[in-house]
Amino acid sequence: MTAAANTSGALPASVDAMLELLTSRGYLAERSLATVTYLSLRMGRPLFLEGEAGVGKTEIAKVLSAALGRKLIRLQCYEGLDVSSAVYEWNSASQMIAIRMAEAAGDTDRDQLSSDIFADRFLIKRPLLQALEPDVAGPPVLLIDELDRADEAFEAYLLEILSDFQVTIPEFGTVRAPSPPIVIITSNRTREIHDALKRRCLYHWVDYPSAERELAIVKTRVPGISAKLSQQVVRFVQALRNQDFYKSPGVAETIDWATALSELDARSLTPQVVGDTLGALLKYQDDIVRMQGDALQKVLKDATSD
Amino acid sequence: MAINHLAPEKTEQFADNIVGFARALRAAGLPVGPGAVIDAANALQVIDIGSRADVFTTLEAIFVKRHEHALIFKQAFNLFFRASEEWKHLLDSVPLPDHAKKKPPPASRRVQEAMSQPQMTETPQRQEQDLRLSVSDKEVLQKKDFAQMSAAEISEALRAVERMKLPQAELLTRRHRPDARGLRLDLRRTLRASLHTGGDIIDIHRLGRIEKPAPIVALLDISGSMSEYTRLFLHFLHAITDARKRVSVFLFGTRLTNVTRALRQRDPDEALASCSASVEDWAGGTRISASLHNFNKLWARRVLSQGAIVLLISDGLEREADSKLAFEMDRLHRSCRRLIWLNPLLRFGGFEAKAQGIKMMLPHVDEFRPVHNLSSIQELITTLSRPLPPHHRSLIRSAA
Repeated sequence: MTAAANTSGALPASVDAMLELLTSRGYLAERSLATVTYLSLRMGRPLFLEGEAGVGKTEIAKVLSAALGRKLIRLQCYEGLDVSSAVYEWNSASQMIAIRMAEAAGDTDRDQLSSDIFADRFLIKRPLLQALEPDVAGPPVLLIDELDRADEAFEAYLLEILSDFQVTIPEFGTVRAPSPPIVIITSNRTREIHDALKRRCLYHWVDYPSAERELAIVKTRVPGISAKLSQQVVRFVQALRNQDFYKSPGVAETIDWATALSELDARSLTPQVVGDTLGALLKYQDDIVRMQGDALQKVLKDATSD
Repeated sequence: MAINHLAPEKTEQFADNIVGFARALRAAGLPVGPGAVIDAANALQVIDIGSRADVFTTLEAIFVKRHEHALIFKQAFNLFFRASEEWKHLLDSVPLPDHAKKKPPPASRRVQEAMSQPQMTETPQRQEQDLRLSVSDKEVLQKKDFAQMSAAEISEALRAVERMKLPQAELLTRRHRPDARGLRLDLRRTLRASLHTGGDIIDIHRLGRIEKPAPIVALLDISGSMSEYTRLFLHFLHAITDARKRVSVFLFGTRLTNVTRALRQRDPDEALASCSASVEDWAGGTRISASLHNFNKLWARRVLSQGAIVLLISDGLEREADSKLAFEMDRLHRSCRRLIWLNPLLRFGGFEAKAQGIKMMLPHVDEFRPVHNLSSIQELITTLSRPLPPHHRSLIRSAA
């Protein structure tokens, strides 16, 4: 598959093509991730990605939408997310005005009134309903981000949408997607997602990348960085992940840190510069405290030795 | 080479292999339904089955739905689809477990006991005994230490524990439901109702916030020194798990085990049996610090995230009491809404926190309570229903 074919929005025809497609947009995926993504596109099944924060779960949805030229619709989950903010809501104020207008015009046919009031133009479409609508560029990419933050009730609601790609609005009828959207669901595992939902999806655990791949990622995402510094950065981060931290740094943190170091014009890692920028990598005070003095020296020595 | 390019008899063979593999996974404890088998067969149509790695990822994405199962899957895959990639001989390579050798299910013990009950002629005597127990001994039973109970008393206590209901300390959520006295206007329903009267609003519908019980996370020490209490506490926790939704239970001795799923089984005997089957270090030593560390690292963010109340049930007798223990306790304390330490040692009147471990842990708990007899469990229940400390009060309403 060539780059020319990608711009036409066609789905990749093999795992290798998928890998190439992601790489062309700067996302260096493991082959396993490319395989499940390819499968989810071919089988029309939602893709459920779990893994630590900052390993690139959300990013893949963005990259897919850009690479395939599809619209990206993002639903950020939070506790208390309900139908009116995730699926649809009626524009009550406008409906009220319409009723008054009808009244002023002397229109008193009740059935007519209710069918006028619950029409498409008074419907405020939220992300899930938007994702079911036809789009000229093809079915959109629907990103349901951090599903673990929403509560169980919302999760149960998703079951219908994800298996039939339809929504029932009592006053309006059933809205059904002409062709199912590409669905990516992410979770940080702050709560277990019910098996019923996972069963409808392809599941994949996104792990931290290998040192080799991470180095390639840093080089792609932080173009100005020197070869020596990027190597040291990756070695340092990989060593940190072996330590027993409360929150290990993800790939996103590695990129942040490499960018920070590159902004500071650092040539190589020194205790001073690492100490000043450690906050880009570690986000808990306890972890930062543990990485001071001898512990830091040791990791640093391993990372900078040739 | 895709499967649809194969000769028909090969395709059939392939389907057989998938079914066989799914059966092996099921036998190994993975929840694999028939839908997944169909999915797997479909998925293998669209990828190159010549590549072992791709087949692995594909089957993993379909059969594994929890990260914990990935390891089992990997082993099963390697066993089943041996490196030879000789697809033909795969089906008979994995011996399926012999179901006939299984132990009788746990509840059957009760059935057997019920069957061997004394005959009708002896019944009056038993009734008399029960009556006696219900009047005078009941009070004694309330105060009696679990560790000193006879078998009959324990079974009586178990029944009492099962009857106990945990009051619901309610958390207000941000979800709404129709509520005539609610504070928020339900415009949608109001408008719909107004259509009956040609657009005149007569009834105003309102929404109130949904309340739900705060999650409870129990960490139960099952080391040797606690052995006289564990069974009763497990019964208590089973009763809670049965009654409300968000309860997680962990057992720890030298290592930490999540037994929430095991406790979900309705029958208490079955639940307790599958609980003890999943624990490897029953009545062994204690490593509180290491267990708490594991909990903090692997589970805290997953089970404490929604304002959970933590019940730590332990005697606090830790050999390796050092600053690490205090550190882990502090972390646990900071990540939950309320940390209640239940300690059976508190039954002794002149109890002083002399043991090093207890000294380390005490500063980090919100509450330190005895839990060794029925009345102390009853008191615990009362405590849990009380309103939470002031800085949380805005969110909580206790249901009296």
